[in-house]
Amino acid sequence: MKLNFTKGMKDGIPIALGYLSVSFGFGILAASLGLTVLQAVGISASNLTSAGQVAGVGIIAAGGTLIEMVLTQLVINIRYSLMAISLSQKLDDSFTTPHRMAVAFGITDEIFAVASAQKGKITPRYMYGLIAVSAVGWTLGTFLGASAGQILPEALNDAMGIVLYGMFVAIVIPPARAHKGVLAVAAVAVGCSVLFYYVFTAVSSGFAIIICAVIAAVVGAILFPVEDEEEEEGGGQP
Amino acid sequence: MSVLIYILVMAGSTYLIRMIPFTLFRKKIRSRFFRSVLYYIPYAVLSAMTFPAIFYSTENVITSVIGCVVAVVLAYLNQPLIVVALSASAAALLAGLVF
Repeated sequence: MKLNFTKGMKDGIPIALGYLSVSFGFGILAASLGLTVLQAVGISASNLTSAGQVAGVGIIAAGGTLIEMVLTQLVINIRYSLMAISLSQKLDDSFTTPHRMAVAFGITDEIFAVASAQKGKITPRYMYGLIAVSAVGWTLGTFLGASAGQILPEALNDAMGIVLYGMFVAIVIPPARAHKGVLAVAAVAVGCSVLFYYVFTAVSSGFAIIICAVIAAVVGAILFPVEDEEEEEGGGQP
Repeated sequence: MSVLIYILVMAGSTYLIRMIPFTLFRKKIRSRFFRSVLYYIPYAVLSAMTFPAIFYSTENVITSVIGCVVAVVLAYLNQPLIVVALSASAAALLAGLVF
């Protein structure tokens, strides 16, 4: 099938459905931290990234510094750079620099995975279709979640606070079962994070995540360097 | 500080992280060490963000722990993301009726 806008939109539907429920959880989280519906939706529409947004609203709620915000986004989202490099090798000739600059906005784990799986070179139109549908799902879910915070019973609202963390668990555990390196990295990161949370409490949560993630990834890279074919698997969240 | 400034800085950094390599890079990273670090970063970030924060994600530590255990077990059984995430929440909700 030709890689046109319609094909992109079709391929985006399953991504959008997955994003709906996850971003619903983000919306609830953002509202519970005191952000307005408009602010929560604005964050989702302008970022399109789950882990980065969760850390970001945490920094906003804690009144963190802008440097902390930039560094946190850099570390959490650095994987997109790798995906962007990988995807840049698969673009057809119509991908001019303006198209590259526009499509770059929508590089998420799922969009990268679906685009990479296409046979042959990918076109700008296909990417726009894929990103448009996925982004609508992500933003709409955030709107519903942030609005629901005021409508849902408190017990239900409270229980939804665990949704995003549940998703993070679901992303890490299956590869950790199959791959010693991922297991080691996850164990080091959790140990480090627990240490910062209970012992080095003076360090803010954003910096603790950066420090722990870098230490754990470097330990993993030294002890369990990856083979060529593993690098593009990535996580499972946007 | 205005929330709008945070949002702009956040969106700007996230965009540049994607845009700069996508627009400029045409070659593959050769360093195995650097590729390994990039491969492991998402797992490291998610693990550090989840623990111990997940235990305080609901109003009650006990319901959070129960939701967490359900998530870990279902994830270990390779259930889809949505199933794991919503089941953790449902377990925490049900536990909240008891504790």
